[in-house]
Amino acid sequence: MLARRIIPCLDVKDGKVVKGVQFRNHEIVGDIVPLAQHYAAQGADELVFYDITASSDARVVDKSWVSRIAQVIDIPFCVAGGIKSVDDAAQILAMGADKISINSPALADPSLITKLHDRFGQQCVVVGIDSYFDADSGTYQVKQFTGDEARTKLTDWQTGDWVAEVQRLGAGEIVLNCMNQDGVRQGYDIEQLAKIRARCQVPLIASGGAGEMHHFKDVFEQADVDGALAASVFHKGLIAIPELKAYLRSLNVAIRD
Amino acid sequence: MELVIINTGCANIASVAFAIERLGMKVRVSDQPNEIESADKLFLPGVGAAASAMQSIREKGLDTLLPGLTQPVLGICLGMQLMGRHSEEGNANCLGMIEADTKRMRAEGLRLPHMGWNTVQFPRQSALFEGIDAGTYFYFVHGFAMALGDYTLASCDYGQPFSAAIGKDNFYGVQFHPERSGAAGARLLHNFIHNL
Repeated sequence: MLARRIIPCLDVKDGKVVKGVQFRNHEIVGDIVPLAQHYAAQGADELVFYDITASSDARVVDKSWVSRIAQVIDIPFCVAGGIKSVDDAAQILAMGADKISINSPALADPSLITKLHDRFGQQCVVVGIDSYFDADSGTYQVKQFTGDEARTKLTDWQTGDWVAEVQRLGAGEIVLNCMNQDGVRQGYDIEQLAKIRARCQVPLIASGGAGEMHHFKDVFEQADVDGALAASVFHKGLIAIPELKAYLRSLNVAIRD
Repeated sequence: MELVIINTGCANIASVAFAIERLGMKVRVSDQPNEIESADKLFLPGVGAAASAMQSIREKGLDTLLPGLTQPVLGICLGMQLMGRHSEEGNANCLGMIEADTKRMRAEGLRLPHMGWNTVQFPRQSALFEGIDAGTYFYFVHGFAMALGDYTLASCDYGQPFSAAIGKDNFYGVQFHPERSGAAGARLLHNFIHNL
């Protein structure tokens, strides 16, 4: 049976792992390679490295660390941040990344999704979506350039429509960052994720809000997501992955041992 | 021991090389016929689309060389599918070492591509899986698959049963990614290098 995935996300800025609250005030968590090794040894099913400054700074990710991670890690990992072209993606995949994730550049040029699909195959192409719930209008809206608060802007896309569009264009997986929940550890946005799940035929990864072990159970059981991504609860040692996986297994969630 | 990764021009060659190096072995990446023919063991990795991979293999003149190899060859993911006769992905004629076709997965009600960790079962014993228990998780990422057959060494189930590993004579293939399957994947690579 296909296991649900536990995915630590390592936000990378200037070659260091950082984490902010609601995408702001980034503090350094540690070096990339030892942290990646630590999570792989703990039983993480996959890792995501997100260069949060890249799209905003109009530069591609500093790639040397991709190769260093690929040398030591024996679980899959995905690299996100500033991948704007097929050539950018080719370099990162050639250095040993398993998947590439695009977010702001896909909004700027949706055809990039199709180009990546045609060159590398659907399974390599992850689309990250930063979704913001606007309480006034009661709608979920897609934001762009969230790595830099000064440049963050609302797009014309409502989240559900963009989810449908990126699948049509060839996305192989969607990571939905629910921005209102990010870093505050009050639980995943089950309501939004369940709505998106109904429109998502490719694997869907929940992101934003994990604070306690039952949040993972809730998002798997109630929103039927394929994976749950989290950062601060792992980086701060609030949840240990071996305990989390044992807990989920005890509740009959399909989890890799 | 001369280990060579056949350079198909696809991605994921680096991660396969790193996985072999983590086992303390040296490995070369090559598309040169003489280096491929003289290797003791060969790896045929691949991700992406079958049609473009076959085009790259034909451009390098390897499409006639590879089926005639007599040393152990391990196809990985798309590399395994290329060992069959034909792939539905881009309607590609493949290398034909194994009498099997690759078809789009039809996983009723399940998401595609099949992406993540899934368990394997063994219809028969194989040195490739020595020391690996039935029910072990491996990492899969694919939307096309080979049906079960006489050549199946390991099976997996995702909406439908399919071949997770195949073997015939000196040709072996795995649909999953041993280079990304933790300790179990490392053991499989060890077995291929030392037991076959």
